[in-house]
Amino acid sequence: MIGDFFKLALNNLRRRKMRSWLTMLGIFIGIAAVVALVGLGQGLQTAVTAQFSTLSTDKLTIQNAGTGFGPPGSTVVEKLNHHDLKIIENVRGVEIVVPRLVRTVKVEFNDRVSFNYLGDVPEEDESRELVYESMDLKPMTGRLLKPGDSGKVVIGSNIAKKSTFNKQIEVGKTIKIKDREFEVIGILKKGSSFTTNDVIIMLNDDMEDLLDIDDEIDMIIAQVENPNEIKGVGDRIEKVLRRDRDLDVGEEDFSVQTPLEAIDTVNQVLVSVNIVVIGIAMISLIVGGIGIANTMYTSVVERRKEIGTMKAIGAKNSDILTIFIFESGLMGLVGGIVGVIIGTGLSMGTASAANSFFGNEIITVSISIPFIFSMIVFSFLIGVFSGLVPSYQASKLKPVDALRS
Amino acid sequence: MVIKRKKSNKESKKEVIKLHNVQKYYQLGGECVKAVDGIDITINKGDFVAIVGPSGSGKSTAMNMVGALDLATKGDIFLDGINIEHLEESELAQIRGRKIGFVFQTFNLIPTLTALENVMLPMIFQGVPFEIRKERASRLLTKVGLDHRMTHLPNQLSGGERQRVAVARALSNDPEVILADEPTGNLDSKRGEEVAEIFNKLSKEGKTIILVTHDMYVAKHADRIYRLKDGKIVKR
Repeated sequence: MIGDFFKLALNNLRRRKMRSWLTMLGIFIGIAAVVALVGLGQGLQTAVTAQFSTLSTDKLTIQNAGTGFGPPGSTVVEKLNHHDLKIIENVRGVEIVVPRLVRTVKVEFNDRVSFNYLGDVPEEDESRELVYESMDLKPMTGRLLKPGDSGKVVIGSNIAKKSTFNKQIEVGKTIKIKDREFEVIGILKKGSSFTTNDVIIMLNDDMEDLLDIDDEIDMIIAQVENPNEIKGVGDRIEKVLRRDRDLDVGEEDFSVQTPLEAIDTVNQVLVSVNIVVIGIAMISLIVGGIGIANTMYTSVVERRKEIGTMKAIGAKNSDILTIFIFESGLMGLVGGIVGVIIGTGLSMGTASAANSFFGNEIITVSISIPFIFSMIVFSFLIGVFSGLVPSYQASKLKPVDALRS
Repeated sequence: MVIKRKKSNKESKKEVIKLHNVQKYYQLGGECVKAVDGIDITINKGDFVAIVGPSGSGKSTAMNMVGALDLATKGDIFLDGINIEHLEESELAQIRGRKIGFVFQTFNLIPTLTALENVMLPMIFQGVPFEIRKERASRLLTKVGLDHRMTHLPNQLSGGERQRVAVARALSNDPEVILADEPTGNLDSKRGEEVAEIFNKLSKEGKTIILVTHDMYVAKHADRIYRLKDGKIVKR
């Protein structure tokens, strides 16, 4: 008998196609939004974490404060310099320190202009290796820079692409940086982080000369002797720099970051983004549920006579209740399945659009089978619950009143 | 639950329906409207009875109470010896499904079901297995001359055809009583006559039929006619 009721409900939805689809539209949108947003959110988290995965656990980064956005050092007065470098080098627990410069420069090739990050590498072997290692730089073609490579650069894989200058840059070609010519001697292997794919690297002397930099440092990388003590070393560096600059706690114009701190900060941001995203998705789901309840309610009013007839030919209250709940549950179920399909498609489309924009596999969609399954169950339950009250009302109608309407 | 069984010596004279001082009052705008005001009727198995009267005379209200669709304010209604005034809604549903077949003026077919499915529907509520349902429904539709229209939806059928589907549906659980409320009211005279003929035939087969109508031409088919006015029987 339950099977027959199920068929009756299915039949009803099938033969009132237009209305059924319109009702389910609310659920499609809700479920699709949740699936797409959560899928992309998780993908984003994976992507951002990957950006930081190149950071080793034994290196501290000391930067001018407020350099999170815009070119490093552009927003502060007192920039890091070689005096600071010396101080940090002498802090207990610090093994090596490497000064780095990172700026944005004008690059010309094939009569086209592009603005890219330019970073330096030190001439000394040990420091240079540290930079290569910490940024995970490896040549795809050609080679990396070594001492005496003045006038030569290594470029990231995205810069070499045809899409950047409308012509592929090959090893041996010459590009113009700030109107000076440099020979490309290597192209970097594609990395997980876009900071390695969109950067140009030259020797420190060349860069200071090119940009007329005297005693400025944008970033200091400090390798510690023991990774387990990295937090303590970071605190000590902060303390000596503060004392040297005569600053109180909280007034720092520099920042010392451990890789874990960086990941933590990003994760915190991502978690709050995810909460907002799920909140928005929940609102759409509630709206979808109200849509189903609304249609079920209208349906009860419209079909009072039908309900009366069914009662006249022997339907019990529980039979009517079962049929109506099957109907609303089915709408939730089908709405959920279609919503999951749309949501998956949507997030994949967005991800591939984002990836082709960045020219890199940055965002991957991660939608798990248990997640899909639970979304469908959830949607089914929304259908059942939002149909509950109207169905109950339908079942309680007095046969004679129902027939009269 | 009070169940009273009336025994009859002769099976042919078995009382199927008995109304004893049945009254139905409504409160309408603070005023008490007496829709049915003390009716006594006894209908035996195989009787073909017509209830006639102008609109507002209480004939439909009386029929609804006989059909267990509505309860009386006062009085007793016995269906096959059972006083239905004291039954629960689910028990009334069972009685409606098994003992009574309804035919309405507006056909009341389920619009999303085909003719065959409509006839099968009452049997679903009685838990009849699918194969038997289908076989019985096809037989009944053939009987009312609609064997070629089984897979059509109600909106693809003419008025006369729809009413014949409704008659087939009323017969699906092989009830003792057929209750028809203005069954020819929405049909032209020719189709009305066809439907009346079907009732005639069913009566000859031994079904008890109660026909509510204001069409005297149709009422003439009945063995007995009750005339109602202001909720009372004025002539029989």
